Amino acid sequence: MSNTDKEALMTLPKKKFKFWNLIWVVVFIVGLFVSTDVTHTDLGALFANFNQFTDIFLQMLHPDWAYLGPIMPLLLETIKMAILGTVIGSILAFIYSLLIARNIVKNKAITGILRVIMNIVRTVPDLLLGAIFVAIVGIGPVAGILALAICTFGIVVKLFYEAIETIDPGPIEALTAVGANKLQIIVFAVLPQVITYFISYCLYAFEINVRASTVLGYIGAGGIGLYLQQTLQVFDYAKTGTIILVIIVVVVLIDYVSSKSREALMK
Amino acid sequence: MDTNIKKLPPRPVDMQKRIMHWGLAIITIVLIAWSCTGMDFGGIKATAGQIAGAIFNGIFHPDWSYVYNGSGEDLVSQLWQTVCIAFLGTFISAIISLPFAFWAAHTKHKKWYISRTGKIVLAIIRSFPEIVLALMFIKAVGPGSAAGVLALGFHSVGMLAKLFSEAIENLDDGPNEAVTAVGGSKTNITMFSTLPNLMPALISNTLYRFDVSIRSASILGLVGAGGIGYPLIIALQYRQWNRVGIILLGIIIMVIVIDWISGMIRKKLV
Repeated sequence: MSNTDKEALMTLPKKKFKFWNLIWVVVFIVGLFVSTDVTHTDLGALFANFNQFTDIFLQMLHPDWAYLGPIMPLLLETIKMAILGTVIGSILAFIYSLLIARNIVKNKAITGILRVIMNIVRTVPDLLLGAIFVAIVGIGPVAGILALAICTFGIVVKLFYEAIETIDPGPIEALTAVGANKLQIIVFAVLPQVITYFISYCLYAFEINVRASTVLGYIGAGGIGLYLQQTLQVFDYAKTGTIILVIIVVVVLIDYVSSKSREALMK
Repeated sequence: MDTNIKKLPPRPVDMQKRIMHWGLAIITIVLIAWSCTGMDFGGIKATAGQIAGAIFNGIFHPDWSYVYNGSGEDLVSQLWQTVCIAFLGTFISAIISLPFAFWAAHTKHKKWYISRTGKIVLAIIRSFPEIVLALMFIKAVGPGSAAGVLALGFHSVGMLAKLFSEAIENLDDGPNEAVTAVGGSKTNITMFSTLPNLMPALISNTLYRFDVSIRSASILGLVGAGGIGYPLIIALQYRQWNRVGIILLGIIIMVIVIDWISGMIRKKLV
């Protein structure tokens, strides 16, 4: 073997240069500089004030257990809000999903328009909805329930109509063949195939709602978030710590129960 | 004639299942009934319909003069600020997430309790309310979008590191073994097999989190951490429905456009 052959074997083949990768890197770095400039983010300022930040944390780590009693009613209100929001949103979503599934409603114009409306509803974040409903119905849990209901609607419709569209068409055809009407087809052919999915999606929405409902009170839409705002405003971080701890426990507990029941459902 | 043929055979009954189903249904109904107690639905303001109408009217007759006026307080600059908060916040969290992800991935450790504690830490970060984090950062760096960036950067770690660690757990062992076989060190394994294989999943998850962050960035302004939320809550308080309308329209368009762009990039990646 000649020397040049050996050299050729010892060196790895060159990697192909990808033009688009370079473009992405440039876009990314420019984006980084621009966004740092626009937001005036200065990590130096954070580290300079870091002891203040950790100070808040340390105070939160000494929760005020006596505060547990007073916050219980609002904690229960938070859970009630999450349940009612989920129920109302899921009922609306159930009807709406049947209307936009293309294997039930054959008219493409109707399903198309209804889908655009659903996608627009999905884009608005829950807290913004809360703020708007506080302006409409006034301060209190009703505003929170309505905001949660609309969020649930967005989540459940999207998942449920896709489940409806992937069902086995056989039972529908069988019922059509014996002369069943639309309602009978839905009740006897569609629902038995998708009802477990529907319940599982509702539980999933419920998990999200429990998280969302804990902060809705901050903008006046009911629930424990109200105390979050009050204690933070008077710098009573020991009480804030209690509230956050309670929120974390409730969220983790409900997440665990509902994800276990979802697993059991899908078995 | 035999009339039996028209009758369907009785359904088989599984008593245990039936009792369980009814039990669950009753528990659910009791829970719903309990939630309705103590809720004051009568307290809704009499003007509710009127205000809802005004907001809808505002959406259809938006305040176009607010879209851009060069003052830096207009819709376009506020939306731009929101996008920048989300971008920088996602970037920071992507960097912090990596070590957390390796900590929480169970395939990387022989001892089960290491990855389990990592997962618990991530769950706690995820349940810590974002708004509270934003308020704490406001105390540290003052009100403004910097607080929003930091809050988002830390909060996103909970979800992003969970997605990353799942990607690490799903990695194929082959390339790692190949590098070990030719005498690569631990750093070599990470540099030449783990990270390159992980890259598509990392980018795709980060893009997904960017979508979520855009929505979060638009609510952080409600508590004074920069972005489009602040002008919205001001407009709601001063009952400027035209302005509420144009801001909502702006948020909807921004979210749809960003979803669309990141969806395109993700499709190219896969």
